[in-house]
Amino acid sequence: MAARKIPQLVCPAGSLPALRAAVDHGADAVYLGYRNDTNARNFAGLNFDHRSMVEGIRYAQTRHRQVLMAINTFAQPGRFADWQRAVDGAVELGVDAVILADVGLLDDSSRRHPDLRLHLSVQGSATNYEAVNFAHREFGVRRAVLPRVLTLAQVETVIRNTPVEIEVFGFGSLCVMNEGRCWLSSYATGESPNTVGACSPAKFVQWQKSPGGMATRLNGILIDCFADAEPAGYPTLCKGRFEVQGETYYALEEPTSLNVLDILPEIARIGVAAIKVEGRQRSPTYVAQVTRTLRAALDELARDERHFSVRPAWQAELARLAEGSQVTLGAYHRPWR
Amino acid sequence: MSQRFTIPGFTLPGFFSTIGAHLPQWPHSLALATALNAAARTGLLPADTLTQLEGRSFVVEVLDAGSVASFVYRNGLFRPLLTVPVTPDLCFQANLSAFLQLLARQEDPDTLFFRRELSIGGDTELGLLVKNMLDAIEWPQLPQLSLFRR
Repeated sequence: MAARKIPQLVCPAGSLPALRAAVDHGADAVYLGYRNDTNARNFAGLNFDHRSMVEGIRYAQTRHRQVLMAINTFAQPGRFADWQRAVDGAVELGVDAVILADVGLLDDSSRRHPDLRLHLSVQGSATNYEAVNFAHREFGVRRAVLPRVLTLAQVETVIRNTPVEIEVFGFGSLCVMNEGRCWLSSYATGESPNTVGACSPAKFVQWQKSPGGMATRLNGILIDCFADAEPAGYPTLCKGRFEVQGETYYALEEPTSLNVLDILPEIARIGVAAIKVEGRQRSPTYVAQVTRTLRAALDELARDERHFSVRPAWQAELARLAEGSQVTLGAYHRPWR
Repeated sequence: MSQRFTIPGFTLPGFFSTIGAHLPQWPHSLALATALNAAARTGLLPADTLTQLEGRSFVVEVLDAGSVASFVYRNGLFRPLLTVPVTPDLCFQANLSAFLQLLARQEDPDTLFFRRELSIGGDTELGLLVKNMLDAIEWPQLPQLSLFRR
């Protein structure tokens, strides 16, 4: 029996050590960004300067792994040239693809660099095959990353109706996942992933310790309170506990992490081209832990699809790393539509 | 990787913190500042990030050892502080095992933070900058001696 084609494993690299960790532990591709607001993880001290970018690309490509560069924020008024320069830089550096969201930038890049492989970022918010096919027809997009709002059946429908490769998220923190369309962070702080490349930027975050607990605030707005031993999360509006009609609870969404180990055979069966791990803001240790676990699972799937079963050790390793320590299948398995 | 030595989670017995808190704390501050300056001199810490630490004060507290180190970064050098500032710009608190796990890159700082084993106080953006600076350090590779291979 011919082995089924298993999805590519795409892992995050927020620094050179994280990139090495991903490559050394079995990532097929890494994604990274410049140290500026052209990518959606524009955090203090994170990402790559020119020197580390050159070294990172060399490290990955000499080991026959791909490097995908995220230039996935929206060009701000009067500064389109900054985004153009980022794409030009990616071409000069010889990355394997760029991950773009801005329609103007997609158009410009497809004209000026016809040989450059374009991926549609999750921030591009294409949730149906018409949107994906539009990006393919107009800009020659070769792969699209789907937002985490679709069920597995909906992902399958997209795949059946497009020639574009489909990439889905496989592990990492979840938010409300209205990617590319969410302005909750701007509501609280005036800044959001779409504008400055960061959700709930750290300069607005306060951890207030008090005897027996910790309160978290975002630009002064109380987001949550935790008892001393209670697992905590990063204070974004969507993951806060708020008082609504006399009851205090996660009014928008519970903080959870996505983990698709349980449905890995299904993901391969419907023809997903790549699985992406979230977390460029996380440390090299996290990248190594997640990458080696998913690599082991994908290799097992490639070896023997029919007898694939999720090993408890894999689940235990991934559950430990989850924000909020709750792991779900996200929207992939959702009873409601 | 799983065959490598791992640092277990542990808490030092209570008398460590009782005794430790009564000992002078400046040697910790001096030792840590010296180590950081050495790391900066050898290029392990990126110069462009270091300049953003100018004038900021830091406290590192090992809870179960009862020890505190405090220092400030000024004019290109980490300088020990003889008295621990009440409101430092950035404060890290954890038990010894968590700090060791962090240093050995066995545990992810976010994971420890979410699990409440590491506490960060003060300026969150400064904390993120320091965390990312430490994550980006390329520790020199130890030679792969056959002696240590299994």
